[in-house]
Amino acid sequence: MEIPLFFRGILVITGKNIRLYYTKPPVLMFGLLFPLFMFFAFFVGRNLDLNTFFPGFLAMMIFFTSSSVGPLITPWEKREKTYERLLSYPVTQDSIILGDIAAGAIFGIGISLLLWIVSTLFIQVPISNPALFILGFILGTLSCATLGVLLASPASNNPPNVMIFSNLIRFPLIFISGIFVPLSQMQGLGLTLAYCSPLTYMVDLFNLAMAGTSVLSPIVDCGVLIIASAGFILFTKVIQKRNMMKGL
Amino acid sequence: MNSIQADHLKKKFGSVLAVDDVNLSVSEGEIFGFLGPNGAGKTTTIRLLTGVLTSDSGTVHINGINIHNHPLEAKMQIGVIPESSTVYGDLSAEQNLHLSGKMYGMSKALRDKRIEEILSRLGLKGKDRIPVRTFSKGMKQRVSIACAIIHKPRILFLDEPTSGLDVQSRRLVIDTIHQMNEQGSTIFLTTHNIDEANTLCQKVCIINKGKIVALDSPERLKKMFDTTQSVEVSFDQVVSQDLFEADVILRAEPCGDKWRLYTNDPDRVIKYISRQSERESIIITSLSTSGPSLEEAFLNLTECV
Repeated sequence: MEIPLFFRGILVITGKNIRLYYTKPPVLMFGLLFPLFMFFAFFVGRNLDLNTFFPGFLAMMIFFTSSSVGPLITPWEKREKTYERLLSYPVTQDSIILGDIAAGAIFGIGISLLLWIVSTLFIQVPISNPALFILGFILGTLSCATLGVLLASPASNNPPNVMIFSNLIRFPLIFISGIFVPLSQMQGLGLTLAYCSPLTYMVDLFNLAMAGTSVLSPIVDCGVLIIASAGFILFTKVIQKRNMMKGL
Repeated sequence: MNSIQADHLKKKFGSVLAVDDVNLSVSEGEIFGFLGPNGAGKTTTIRLLTGVLTSDSGTVHINGINIHNHPLEAKMQIGVIPESSTVYGDLSAEQNLHLSGKMYGMSKALRDKRIEEILSRLGLKGKDRIPVRTFSKGMKQRVSIACAIIHKPRILFLDEPTSGLDVQSRRLVIDTIHQMNEQGSTIFLTTHNIDEANTLCQKVCIINKGKIVALDSPERLKKMFDTTQSVEVSFDQVVSQDLFEADVILRAEPCGDKWRLYTNDPDRVIKYISRQSERESIIITSLSTSGPSLEEAFLNLTECV
């Protein structure tokens, strides 16, 4: 009986998150408007090749959209005092975490897919390997959504604090992950830092799937994204358990 | 089989032992009162019993189901009303209830039927489509109660459900507790309100500093301290505490426009007050005696006297 209840819990929590949090200002601001403004800031007025730049931009869009819902949910629920009731329902801490991740991933997939579809109307966006493109999309949104939920784990019932903290982590990542400076042109510390970011592997996977060139093997890219997602979930579970009382 | 069975529960937060070897059992259909001063461990205990927190050691069985090993099955049996009215402010009462119903796996048709029934019973009909954040505290608490009882739980946990409510909302909460109990639900109630526990509960448990210090019926608890009685007296003018300086009066407390005098010998106290009022030329406007109270037992057991 426990397993069907567990999955039902994930579904109901995902539905609740979609209904309550997709239209919250911090999600729209940091998950939708910010990556668009970043794109225009770096692209408009410059003579950049959009086809070369697009894989990185798509990865950045997935990164920001997927990781913007997660940091908001738990602090918001703790502030509104709904977290305790949520825990008293027939759900576990795991189903709450997975429901939060699913909501972030669905948001990321939805917005990024829409962007990709709209882009194909105006520019030629070649896809040399559709299977890898879909795999990159799924693993990318998953790892970014799990990172988003992990960023909500520190004990706080103040959503603005958590959003500031999450942006403190997220913003530097876009500059070290091969979006604006290709991985092949990085050296020394920059390259070392790039390998520490899961976003690097998503960008590399999209480069291979769309432009047909990559620095790393797709097996490495996929493997790192899967391991990163699993690691983020594990860390989230440990940290949230430790901080359970704070904000109840 | 007991509805709730807790054995050797312990919970520590850092160096603070919040719950220390708590053992309790609640029979099916019982209204069980859980009393204690602030910080005694009431809310932590209720969180351990409802699976919100995990104990460091000990076991909790809900209708025979171990909540640690089978948390989801055990939680299906219970409804919880936390201390603060925890409902989603952005959703309407109806939407909050649908969400709760979905959590308990209720079908759409069943949810619609129950929501209609509960909203009418709790006086929320007509306001069911307005966001809950616009509601008063009492109204929010009604929605919170509705969310906890939508699936007709076999056990209902209430953490200070009447705290800070107006008279009407308080009455509604108490009526709901009675109705749920009449329909066969076991009620586990934490409260600060001694009178509420005295009138509502068949069994009362008193916790202090994380330990259970008494567990019995309210009447038997009162009898544990039957040496102390009280005399309530009021005068036609304001009097100071100095008036009650006498060996026979153990303690004098202002109680509204009256004074409550605790004593082992009410007869001597009455005579003493009569003499004092005559000497000071003040008129006694009311005088009554009462036996040992649950409040007295509570104060004795929690060492507040």
